[in-house]
Amino acid sequence: MVEMFIDLTLFVMLVATAIAITRMHRLFGVTMMAGVFSLLSALLLVTLDAVDVAFTEAAVGAGISTVLMLSTLTLTSRIEKPSTRSPLIPLVVAFVTGAAIIYGTLDMPNFGDANAPAQVAVAAQYLERSPDEIGIPNVVTVILASYRGFDTLGETAVVFTAGVGVLMLISGLRRRRRRNDDQDEREEAS
Amino acid sequence: MRHHLILRVVTKLLVGSIILFALYVQFHGDFSPGGGFQAGVIMAVAFILYGIVFGLEKVQAVFPAWLVHKLMALGVLIYAGTGVVSMLLGYDFLDYGAFTPEHPSHGQHWGIFAVEFGVGVTVTGVMVAIYYAFAMRRPAISDEEW
Repeated sequence: MVEMFIDLTLFVMLVATAIAITRMHRLFGVTMMAGVFSLLSALLLVTLDAVDVAFTEAAVGAGISTVLMLSTLTLTSRIEKPSTRSPLIPLVVAFVTGAAIIYGTLDMPNFGDANAPAQVAVAAQYLERSPDEIGIPNVVTVILASYRGFDTLGETAVVFTAGVGVLMLISGLRRRRRRNDDQDEREEAS
Repeated sequence: MRHHLILRVVTKLLVGSIILFALYVQFHGDFSPGGGFQAGVIMAVAFILYGIVFGLEKVQAVFPAWLVHKLMALGVLIYAGTGVVSMLLGYDFLDYGAFTPEHPSHGQHWGIFAVEFGVGVTVTGVMVAIYYAFAMRRPAISDEEW
Protein backbone atom coordinates (compact mmCIF):
# COMPACT_ATOMS: atom_id res chain seq x y z
CA MET A 1 0.00 0.00 0.00
CA VAL A 2 2.71 2.44 1.03
CA GLU A 3 4.89 1.36 -1.89
CA MET A 4 2.01 1.91 -4.28
CA PHE A 5 1.50 5.39 -2.82
CA ILE A 6 5.18 6.23 -3.25
CA ASP A 7 5.23 4.93 -6.84
CA LEU A 8 2.10 6.89 -7.72
CA THR A 9 3.43 10.08 -6.13
CA LEU A 10 6.72 9.79 -8.01
CA PHE A 11 5.00 9.12 -11.34
CA VAL A 12 2.60 12.04 -10.86
CA MET A 13 5.53 14.34 -10.03
CA LEU A 14 7.39 13.01 -13.08
CA VAL A 15 4.49 13.80 -15.39
CA ALA A 16 3.97 17.20 -13.72
CA THR A 17 7.66 18.02 -14.29
CA ALA A 18 7.42 16.99 -17.94
CA ILE A 19 4.35 19.18 -18.45
CA ALA A 20 6.05 22.08 -16.67
CA ILE A 21 9.05 21.73 -19.01
CA THR A 22 6.84 21.99 -22.08
CA ARG A 23 5.13 25.12 -20.69
CA MET A 24 8.31 27.05 -19.84
CA HIS A 25 10.15 29.43 -22.15
CA ARG A 26 13.12 30.46 -19.99
CA LEU A 27 15.68 27.80 -20.85
CA PHE A 28 17.50 28.17 -17.53
CA GLY A 29 14.35 27.00 -15.76
CA VAL A 30 13.87 24.22 -18.31
CA THR A 31 17.39 22.95 -17.59
CA MET A 32 16.73 22.93 -13.86
CA MET A 33 13.44 21.09 -14.38
CA ALA A 34 15.25 18.52 -16.52
CA GLY A 35 17.53 17.94 -13.54
CA VAL A 36 14.48 17.48 -11.31
CA PHE A 37 13.11 14.99 -13.85
CA SER A 38 16.34 12.99 -13.65
CA LEU A 39 16.30 12.98 -9.85
CA LEU A 40 12.70 11.73 -9.84
CA SER A 41 13.65 8.97 -12.29
CA ALA A 42 16.53 8.06 -9.99
CA LEU A 43 14.09 7.79 -7.07
CA LEU A 44 11.84 5.51 -9.15
CA LEU A 45 14.83 3.30 -9.89
CA VAL A 46 15.59 3.15 -6.17
CA THR A 47 12.07 1.90 -5.50
CA LEU A 48 12.85 -0.88 -8.02
CA ASP A 49 16.02 -1.73 -6.01
CA ALA A 50 18.14 -0.81 -9.04
CA VAL A 51 20.51 1.31 -6.97
CA ASP A 52 23.39 1.13 -9.44
CA VAL A 53 21.24 2.52 -12.23
CA ALA A 54 19.72 5.11 -9.89
CA PHE A 55 23.22 6.20 -8.92
CA THR A 56 24.17 6.66 -12.57
CA GLU A 57 20.95 8.51 -13.34
CA ALA A 58 21.48 10.91 -10.44
CA ALA A 59 25.15 11.53 -11.28
CA VAL A 60 24.83 11.79 -15.07
CA GLY A 61 21.25 12.93 -15.59
CA ALA A 62 20.92 15.40 -12.75
CA GLY A 63 24.60 16.35 -12.39
CA ILE A 64 26.65 16.33 -15.58
CA SER A 65 23.79 16.84 -18.04
CA THR A 66 22.60 19.91 -16.17
CA VAL A 67 26.08 21.42 -16.21
CA LEU A 68 26.50 20.67 -19.92
CA MET A 69 23.07 22.13 -20.72
CA LEU A 70 23.99 25.29 -18.80
CA SER A 71 27.31 25.46 -20.66
CA THR A 72 25.38 25.17 -23.91
CA LEU A 73 23.01 27.93 -22.78
CA THR A 74 25.96 30.30 -22.34
CA LEU A 75 26.76 29.71 -26.03
CA THR A 76 23.21 30.19 -27.28
CA SER A 77 20.08 32.09 -26.38
CA ARG A 78 18.49 31.87 -22.95
CA ILE A 79 14.87 32.36 -24.03
CA GLU A 80 13.00 29.97 -26.27
CA LYS A 81 12.06 31.51 -29.61
CA PRO A 82 8.26 31.74 -30.01
CA SER A 83 7.17 29.42 -32.80
CA THR A 84 5.10 30.95 -35.58
CA ARG A 85 3.86 27.66 -36.99
CA SER A 86 0.61 25.97 -36.06
CA PRO A 87 1.10 23.38 -33.30
CA LEU A 88 -1.51 21.05 -34.87
CA ILE A 89 0.76 18.69 -36.84
CA PRO A 90 3.35 18.25 -34.04
CA LEU A 91 0.47 17.60 -31.63
CA VAL A 92 -0.99 14.88 -33.86
CA VAL A 93 2.46 13.29 -34.32
CA ALA A 94 3.05 13.33 -30.56
CA PHE A 95 -0.35 11.80 -29.82
CA VAL A 96 0.01 9.05 -32.43
CA THR A 97 3.53 8.21 -31.21
CA GLY A 98 2.40 8.26 -27.60
CA ALA A 99 -0.59 6.03 -28.37
CA ALA A 100 1.71 3.58 -30.18
CA ILE A 101 4.09 3.49 -27.21
CA ILE A 102 1.24 2.95 -24.73
CA TYR A 103 -0.16 0.19 -26.97
CA GLY A 104 3.31 -1.38 -26.96
CA THR A 105 3.56 -1.30 -23.17
CA LEU A 106 0.31 -3.27 -22.79
CA ASP A 107 2.26 -6.47 -23.47
CA MET A 108 4.98 -5.61 -20.99
CA PRO A 109 5.11 -7.16 -17.51
CA ASN A 110 3.75 -5.13 -14.61
CA PHE A 111 5.86 -2.52 -12.81
CA GLY A 112 8.36 -4.40 -10.64
CA ASP A 113 7.00 -7.83 -11.60
CA ALA A 114 9.19 -10.59 -10.16
CA ASN A 115 8.16 -12.97 -12.96
CA ALA A 116 9.16 -10.61 -15.78
CA PRO A 117 11.23 -12.32 -18.49
CA ALA A 118 14.25 -10.23 -17.51
CA GLN A 119 14.14 -11.68 -14.00
CA VAL A 120 13.62 -15.36 -14.79
CA ALA A 121 15.87 -16.03 -17.80
CA VAL A 122 19.57 -15.20 -17.53
CA ALA A 123 19.50 -13.10 -14.35
CA ALA A 124 18.80 -16.17 -12.21
CA GLN A 125 21.87 -17.86 -13.72
CA TYR A 126 24.04 -14.87 -12.86
CA LEU A 127 22.79 -14.79 -9.28
CA GLU A 128 23.30 -18.54 -8.89
CA ARG A 129 26.75 -18.83 -10.42
CA SER A 130 28.53 -15.58 -9.53
CA PRO A 131 29.30 -16.44 -5.86
CA ASP A 132 31.22 -19.56 -6.93
CA GLU A 133 32.77 -18.28 -10.13
CA ILE A 134 33.71 -14.77 -9.05
CA GLY A 135 32.77 -14.20 -5.43
CA ILE A 136 32.06 -10.46 -5.51
CA PRO A 137 28.94 -9.41 -3.58
CA ASN A 138 27.78 -6.72 -6.05
CA VAL A 139 26.37 -8.83 -8.88
CA VAL A 140 25.82 -5.75 -11.04
CA THR A 141 29.56 -5.08 -11.08
CA VAL A 142 30.22 -8.76 -11.81
CA ILE A 143 27.86 -8.77 -14.79
CA LEU A 144 29.14 -5.47 -16.17
CA ALA A 145 32.84 -6.09 -15.80
CA SER A 146 33.16 -9.83 -16.15
CA TYR A 147 30.24 -11.73 -17.72
CA ARG A 148 29.59 -8.87 -20.12
CA GLY A 149 33.10 -7.47 -20.28
CA PHE A 150 32.93 -7.13 -24.07
CA ASP A 151 29.80 -4.97 -23.82
CA THR A 152 31.42 -2.73 -21.26
CA LEU A 153 34.55 -2.40 -23.39
CA GLY A 154 32.27 -1.32 -26.21
CA GLU A 155 30.50 1.17 -23.93
CA THR A 156 33.81 2.63 -22.82
CA ALA A 157 34.79 2.98 -26.47
CA VAL A 158 31.46 4.73 -27.12
CA VAL A 159 32.10 7.19 -24.27
CA PHE A 160 35.59 7.79 -25.67
CA THR A 161 34.21 8.32 -29.18
CA ALA A 162 31.63 10.77 -27.86
CA GLY A 163 34.39 12.73 -26.15
CA VAL A 164 36.50 12.78 -29.31
CA GLY A 165 33.48 13.87 -31.32
CA VAL A 166 32.74 16.80 -29.02
CA LEU A 167 36.40 17.81 -29.02
CA MET A 168 36.53 17.79 -32.82
CA LEU A 169 33.30 19.75 -33.12
CA ILE A 170 33.53 22.47 -30.51
CA SER A 171 36.83 22.47 -28.66
CA GLY A 172 39.12 25.43 -29.21
CA LEU A 173 41.88 23.22 -30.60
CA ARG A 174 41.31 23.93 -34.27
CA ARG A 175 40.52 27.57 -33.65
CA ARG A 176 43.78 28.01 -31.80
CA ARG A 177 45.70 26.59 -34.74
CA ARG A 178 43.95 28.93 -37.11
CA ARG A 179 44.81 31.86 -34.89
CA ASN A 180 48.45 30.75 -35.03
CA ASP A 181 48.15 30.61 -38.83
CA ASP A 182 46.79 34.16 -38.78
CA GLN A 183 49.73 35.20 -36.69
CA ASP A 184 52.11 33.52 -39.11
CA GLU A 185 50.49 35.34 -42.00
CA ARG A 186 50.72 38.62 -40.15
CA GLU A 187 54.35 38.01 -39.41
CA GLU A 188 54.98 37.16 -43.04
CA ALA A 189 53.15 40.31 -44.15
CA SER A 190 55.14 42.50 -41.79
CA MET B 1 36.93 38.49 -9.08
CA ARG B 2 35.91 38.31 -5.41
CA HIS B 3 32.28 37.33 -5.28
CA HIS B 4 30.16 34.40 -4.15
CA LEU B 5 32.00 34.05 -0.85
CA ILE B 6 29.73 31.25 0.43
CA LEU B 7 30.00 29.31 -2.82
CA ARG B 8 33.78 29.57 -2.77
CA VAL B 9 34.12 28.41 0.84
CA VAL B 10 31.63 25.56 0.41
CA THR B 11 33.33 24.47 -2.82
CA LYS B 12 36.73 24.35 -1.12
CA LEU B 13 35.25 22.15 1.59
CA LEU B 14 33.36 19.91 -0.82
CA VAL B 15 35.90 19.24 -3.55
CA GLY B 16 38.07 17.07 -1.31
CA SER B 17 35.15 14.97 -0.10
CA ILE B 18 33.79 14.60 -3.63
CA ILE B 19 37.13 13.23 -4.84
CA LEU B 20 37.32 10.92 -1.82
CA PHE B 21 33.78 9.69 -2.50
CA ALA B 22 34.68 9.10 -6.15
CA LEU B 23 37.64 6.96 -5.09
CA TYR B 24 35.37 5.07 -2.67
CA VAL B 25 32.80 4.40 -5.40
CA GLN B 26 35.59 3.37 -7.77
CA PHE B 27 37.41 0.93 -5.53
CA HIS B 28 34.50 -0.23 -3.36
CA GLY B 29 32.26 -0.97 -6.36
CA ASP B 30 32.70 -4.72 -5.76
CA PHE B 31 30.77 -4.46 -2.51
CA SER B 32 28.49 -1.43 -2.78
CA PRO B 33 26.57 0.25 -5.59
CA GLY B 34 28.74 1.96 -8.11
CA GLY B 35 31.71 1.26 -10.28
CA GLY B 36 33.97 2.90 -12.80
CA PHE B 37 31.29 4.80 -14.65
CA GLN B 38 29.71 6.45 -11.62
CA ALA B 39 33.10 7.08 -10.02
CA GLY B 40 34.37 8.72 -13.19
CA VAL B 41 31.37 11.03 -13.30
CA ILE B 42 31.76 11.99 -9.63
CA MET B 43 35.48 12.60 -10.08
CA ALA B 44 34.72 14.81 -13.09
CA VAL B 45 32.09 16.68 -11.08
CA ALA B 46 34.75 17.67 -8.52
CA PHE B 47 36.83 19.38 -11.22
CA ILE B 48 33.81 20.86 -12.98
CA LEU B 49 32.52 22.35 -9.73
CA TYR B 50 35.94 23.84 -9.04
CA GLY B 51 36.04 25.22 -12.57
CA ILE B 52 32.59 26.77 -12.35
CA VAL B 53 33.28 28.55 -9.06
CA PHE B 54 36.94 29.52 -9.43
CA GLY B 55 37.23 29.86 -13.19
CA LEU B 56 38.64 27.78 -16.00
CA GLU B 57 42.27 28.93 -15.59
CA LYS B 58 42.44 27.78 -11.97
CA VAL B 59 41.13 24.29 -12.69
CA GLN B 60 43.26 23.92 -15.81
CA ALA B 61 46.32 24.76 -13.75
CA VAL B 62 45.53 21.63 -11.70
CA PHE B 63 44.14 19.45 -14.47
CA PRO B 64 45.44 20.74 -17.82
CA ALA B 65 43.51 20.03 -21.01
CA TRP B 66 46.31 17.98 -22.60
CA LEU B 67 46.28 15.62 -19.59
CA VAL B 68 42.50 15.26 -19.81
CA HIS B 69 42.76 14.34 -23.48
CA LYS B 70 45.43 11.73 -22.73
CA LEU B 71 43.30 10.23 -19.92
CA MET B 72 40.35 9.74 -22.31
CA ALA B 73 42.42 7.34 -24.40
CA LEU B 74 44.37 5.88 -21.47
CA GLY B 75 41.24 4.41 -19.85
CA VAL B 76 40.22 2.53 -23.01
CA LEU B 77 43.82 1.31 -23.34
CA ILE B 78 43.81 0.04 -19.73
CA TYR B 79 40.57 -1.82 -20.39
CA ALA B 80 41.60 -3.33 -23.72
CA GLY B 81 45.12 -3.91 -22.39
CA THR B 82 43.69 -6.09 -19.61
CA GLY B 83 42.14 -8.24 -22.31
CA VAL B 84 45.39 -8.33 -24.32
CA VAL B 85 47.36 -9.39 -21.22
CA SER B 86 44.91 -12.22 -20.56
CA MET B 87 45.35 -13.30 -24.20
CA LEU B 88 49.15 -13.20 -23.87
CA LEU B 89 48.82 -15.46 -20.83
CA GLY B 90 47.10 -18.01 -23.06
CA TYR B 91 43.45 -17.38 -22.10
CA ASP B 92 40.55 -15.76 -23.93
CA PHE B 93 40.28 -12.00 -24.38
CA LEU B 94 39.09 -10.49 -21.04
CA ASP B 95 39.14 -13.88 -19.27
CA TYR B 96 40.38 -12.65 -15.91
CA GLY B 97 41.05 -16.16 -14.63
CA ALA B 98 44.36 -15.78 -16.49
CA PHE B 99 45.89 -13.57 -13.79
CA THR B 100 45.92 -16.23 -11.06
CA PRO B 101 45.44 -19.59 -12.81
CA GLU B 102 45.62 -21.55 -9.53
CA HIS B 103 42.68 -19.57 -8.09
CA PRO B 104 40.46 -18.25 -10.95
CA SER B 105 37.99 -16.28 -8.83
CA HIS B 106 40.86 -14.30 -7.34
CA GLY B 107 41.98 -13.38 -10.84
CA GLN B 108 38.43 -12.21 -11.52
CA HIS B 109 38.81 -9.69 -8.69
CA TRP B 110 42.00 -8.30 -10.23
CA GLY B 111 40.50 -8.21 -13.70
CA ILE B 112 37.34 -6.43 -12.58
CA PHE B 113 39.48 -3.97 -10.59
CA ALA B 114 41.57 -3.20 -13.69
CA VAL B 115 38.74 -2.76 -16.17
CA GLU B 116 36.67 -0.68 -13.74
CA PHE B 117 39.69 1.55 -13.28
CA GLY B 118 39.94 1.89 -17.05
CA VAL B 119 36.27 2.83 -17.30
CA GLY B 120 36.69 5.39 -14.51
CA VAL B 121 39.70 7.03 -16.16
CA THR B 122 37.99 7.32 -19.54
CA VAL B 123 34.73 8.66 -18.10
CA THR B 124 36.56 11.24 -15.97
CA GLY B 125 38.57 12.34 -19.00
CA VAL B 126 35.60 12.55 -21.35
CA MET B 127 33.33 14.41 -18.92
CA VAL B 128 36.00 16.98 -18.04
CA ALA B 129 37.03 17.29 -21.69
CA ILE B 130 33.44 17.99 -22.75
CA TYR B 131 33.11 20.58 -19.99
CA TYR B 132 36.40 22.23 -21.06
CA ALA B 133 35.29 22.18 -24.69
CA PHE B 134 32.10 24.06 -23.82
CA ALA B 135 33.68 26.41 -21.28
CA MET B 136 36.62 27.39 -23.51
CA ARG B 137 34.30 28.61 -26.24
CA ARG B 138 33.48 31.88 -24.50
CA PRO B 139 34.73 33.80 -21.45
CA ALA B 140 32.69 33.40 -18.27
CA ILE B 141 29.46 35.37 -18.37
CA SER B 142 28.58 37.87 -15.70
CA ASP B 143 25.92 37.16 -13.09
CA GLU B 144 23.55 39.83 -14.38
CA GLU B 145 23.14 38.04 -17.71
CA TRP B 146 21.13 35.25 -16.10
